[in-house]
Amino acid sequence: MYRYDEFDARFVRERTEQFRFQVERRLKGELTEDQFKPLRLMNGLYLQLHAYMLRIAVPYGTLSARQFRKLAEIARKYDKGYGHFTTRQNMQFNWPALKDVPDILGELATVEMHCIQTSGNCIRNVTADHFAGAAADEIEDPRPVAELIRQWSSLHPEFSFLPRKFKIAVIAAREDRAALRYHDAAVEIVKNAEGRTGYRVWVGGGMGRTPYLGYVVGDFVEKPDLLGFLEAIMRVYNENGRRDNLFKARIKILAHSLGETEMRERVLREFKEIKAAGYLQVPEAERARIAAYFAPPEFETLTDEPLPTDGDLGRWIANNVAPHKQPGYAIATISLKPIGGVPGDINADQLDGVAQLMDDFGLTEIRASHEQNLVLPHVRQKDLPAVFARLTALGLATPNAGLITDIICCPGLDYCDLANARSIPIAQEIAKRFADLERQEDIGELKIKMSGCINACGHHHAGHIGILGVDKKGVEYYQLLLGGSAAEDASIGEIMGPGFGEHEIVDAVDRVVEAYRKLRQPGERFLDTYRRLGMEPFKNVAYGEQLHAAH
Amino acid sequence: MVQMLTANRLIDGRVLYWKEGGWVETLEDAERFTDTAAAEAALTAAKDFVARNLVVNPYLFEIKDGRPVKEREIIRAAGPSVRTDLGKQADHV
Amino acid sequence: MPLIRNGAVAEDTYVTVADDAALPDGAVIVSLKRFRAERSDLLARNHALGVVLTSDQSPETLGPDLDRLSVVVLEFPKFRDGRPFSWARLLRTRLKFTGEIRARGDFLYDQIAYLKRVGVDAFELPPAITPELFARALSEMTNVYQPSADGRETISALRG
Repeated sequence: MYRYDEFDARFVRERTEQFRFQVERRLKGELTEDQFKPLRLMNGLYLQLHAYMLRIAVPYGTLSARQFRKLAEIARKYDKGYGHFTTRQNMQFNWPALKDVPDILGELATVEMHCIQTSGNCIRNVTADHFAGAAADEIEDPRPVAELIRQWSSLHPEFSFLPRKFKIAVIAAREDRAALRYHDAAVEIVKNAEGRTGYRVWVGGGMGRTPYLGYVVGDFVEKPDLLGFLEAIMRVYNENGRRDNLFKARIKILAHSLGETEMRERVLREFKEIKAAGYLQVPEAERARIAAYFAPPEFETLTDEPLPTDGDLGRWIANNVAPHKQPGYAIATISLKPIGGVPGDINADQLDGVAQLMDDFGLTEIRASHEQNLVLPHVRQKDLPAVFARLTALGLATPNAGLITDIICCPGLDYCDLANARSIPIAQEIAKRFADLERQEDIGELKIKMSGCINACGHHHAGHIGILGVDKKGVEYYQLLLGGSAAEDASIGEIMGPGFGEHEIVDAVDRVVEAYRKLRQPGERFLDTYRRLGMEPFKNVAYGEQLHAAH
Repeated sequence: MVQMLTANRLIDGRVLYWKEGGWVETLEDAERFTDTAAAEAALTAAKDFVARNLVVNPYLFEIKDGRPVKEREIIRAAGPSVRTDLGKQADHV
Repeated sequence: MPLIRNGAVAEDTYVTVADDAALPDGAVIVSLKRFRAERSDLLARNHALGVVLTSDQSPETLGPDLDRLSVVVLEFPKFRDGRPFSWARLLRTRLKFTGEIRARGDFLYDQIAYLKRVGVDAFELPPAITPELFARALSEMTNVYQPSADGRETISALRG
C-alpha cells in the first residue's frame, strides 16, 4: 500500500498544526461558528446530536494492521471504545471533544492518516473498488490513480470552496463495486481499441434530494492528461455551479440542466486550454512511483483447492469469499452486519483482533468497502478455516455478505444532526426478521440500503430495496423504493407510494420479498424480477393486498 | 405550550439545557417555560453564551406531557436509542 | 484596512469610486458596469485604472481591455463563494494578466495561502487579519501537491 515519504509526512503534520490553530482561534472567539464550521468540516469534524463526530479519511478504503491498532487506541482514549465505517470507506468516531481533535490528528499522523477533506465543499476523500488488486476482472489496480487524485486534490487552492461537495471514485473492473455512476465524477480505467489503457471519465451522478446517474464526458482520456481533465471539470463546476440554493448546488444539477452535449463541450473547451498550457501533465515516472507502492504482495505459488463447503465454515465461504486472480488465494469479506447489530460499527477489541489476525496470517492490508464491510484482499485459501475461526471468536464471522441482512445504513437520527428519522433500529429489525440463513440464501443477492434523510448517506436510491426515513409531523415514516442499483447496471430506485410506519415497514419489506420469491423465474435476482414486472405486483402486496395467483 | 432551551457546549459538543440563567446537563433538571415571552427572553440571554464562545446553536423546543414532542430531542436527551449504554441515559444508571 | 501588496504593507494609491460619484484625479478602481459605460473616457485618462469583478463576473468578459488595466479587484461577497479563486487563476494562467490582482471583501485568514497560490498579490485585509497573521498564514504549509499560478514547485517535482 501507499507509504508516505518525507513530503507527505510533513504535509499531514503541518495540516494538523494548521487545524490546531483553527481550533485555538475558535475557542478564543477569534473565529465565529459560522466561519469555523466550513473549516472544521474540511477536516472531517461535524457537530452531531450528542457530540462532535470526527470522520477519518481512509483513502480508497485501504488500511494496514498498524492503522487498525491506532484506530483502536483512539477509540479507547478519546472516544467510547468503538468506531463506525461509512458508505464512503471512511471511519467515524462519534464522541470526540473539540479540544482533543488536534491531538487525535497528531496520533493519526503517526500512522500516515488524517481527516483531510472528509467533509466540506471540496474534493472529498477518493474512493475505489474494495477488491482492487485482487479482483480477477480488473485491468489494473485502480488505487494508484486514486492516490494521484488524492494528492492533487489535497488543499487544492482553487477548488476548496466549491458550490458543494465533490466525490470521485475510481474503478478498473467490469463489475462496478464502487457505485461509479452515483459519483460527482468517476474515473473508469479502460482499454481502447488499440489495447492502450486510459480513462473513461464520468460526471454528474449523485444521490440526495434529486438523484441522477452520471454520464460519460471523456471517452478516452490519455494517462498523462487525467489531472488536467479533472481540473477542467472542476473549473466548469466552480464557475457555473449554483450557489443560490444548497439543494441545487451539486454538479449533477449543473450537468443535467446544461445537458450532456453542452457539458461535454464546456469541459472539452476548458481541457483544451489546460492542455495547451501544459502544466498539469502527470509524467510516467510519477505514475510509476505511486504504482510501485501498490504492487501486489509476493504471492506464493499455490493452486486452487476445493474449498470447504460444510457447516458454518462452508456457509461463510459460500457467502463471504470471492475468487482471487491469483491461484490458491481468496478475497474474504468480513461482514460488519451481525444480526441485530449496528451496521458498520466495530469496537476497539475487534479492531485489535483483526490487526492481530492480519499479522498472524501475513496479511499486509485490509479494505473498508462502501457497503460498510471489511475485506481481506489476499487470503491463502488454505488459511480460510483458521481465519474464519479467528473471526468467529471476534464476533465478525456473520456469513451474510451480499445477502438481504447485509444492509447499508446511515447513522440516522440516533446520531446525525441532519436526520429526520432513525435508520439503525429499522435495519436491525429487518435483519432479525430475515435472520434465517437458509431463507437469506434462497432470496440471494438483495441489497437493502437505508437513509434517515434525503441526503442519502445510506444510498437508498441505489438499493434493490431502498428505505428512506422521513418525518411527518413528528412521527417517523419510511418510504420504500424498489429497483435501484449502484452496480454496473446502475439505476435509480422508484418510490412505491406513501410511507410506512415504524411498525409497518418490516412487514412491508417482508411481503415484497415474499412476492419476489413467488414471482421470480429461475436465476432471477430480486432486481431482475422487479425490472421484468415493474412496481405494481410489489406495491399491491406491500400495502397489504394478497398476491394474486397469476403465475 | 411548554418549551425548553437547549444548545451544545462548544468545547466538547455535549448537549446542554437552560436553567435559570445558566446551563445544566440533563433535561430533567432543565427549566420549563410555560410562558413564550420568558422562553424568548432565555433564548436572548443564551446568545450571550454564544458570543462568549461557550455554547453553539441555542434553540427552543416543545415539551408535551413531560416529554419532548420531537424524536430528535428525545434522543438528544437520552443518547442513541440503539446504544443505551452510551450518552446521558448511561450516566443516569 | 491595511493593504498588503507583494507580502508587505503598502500604501493604497487607488481610490475606489462609486458608480454615481465623480472621478477624482489619480488612479481609480471602478465597477465593471461603470467601466463598460464609460470605457473610452476611462481608458483615455492618463491614470492607472482598476476594475472590480464581483464573484459572478468572469475576467474573460474583459477581453482585450484587460491589458489596459493595472488592477483587477476580486470581490468576495461571502467567504464561502469560491469563484474568485478560479477568476484569479484564469487571469494569471490563461489571460497572462501581469497587473495587480487584489482580494477584497469577506475572505478569511485561512484562505490567504490559497489566494496567493491562485495568483492574488494584493489583499485588502479584513479587520480580523493583522499583517503579522497574514505572514503566518503563508508559512503554515511548506509544500504543495498541485501546480497553480504561483509557480511553486510541486511535491511531485521536488521528489525529482
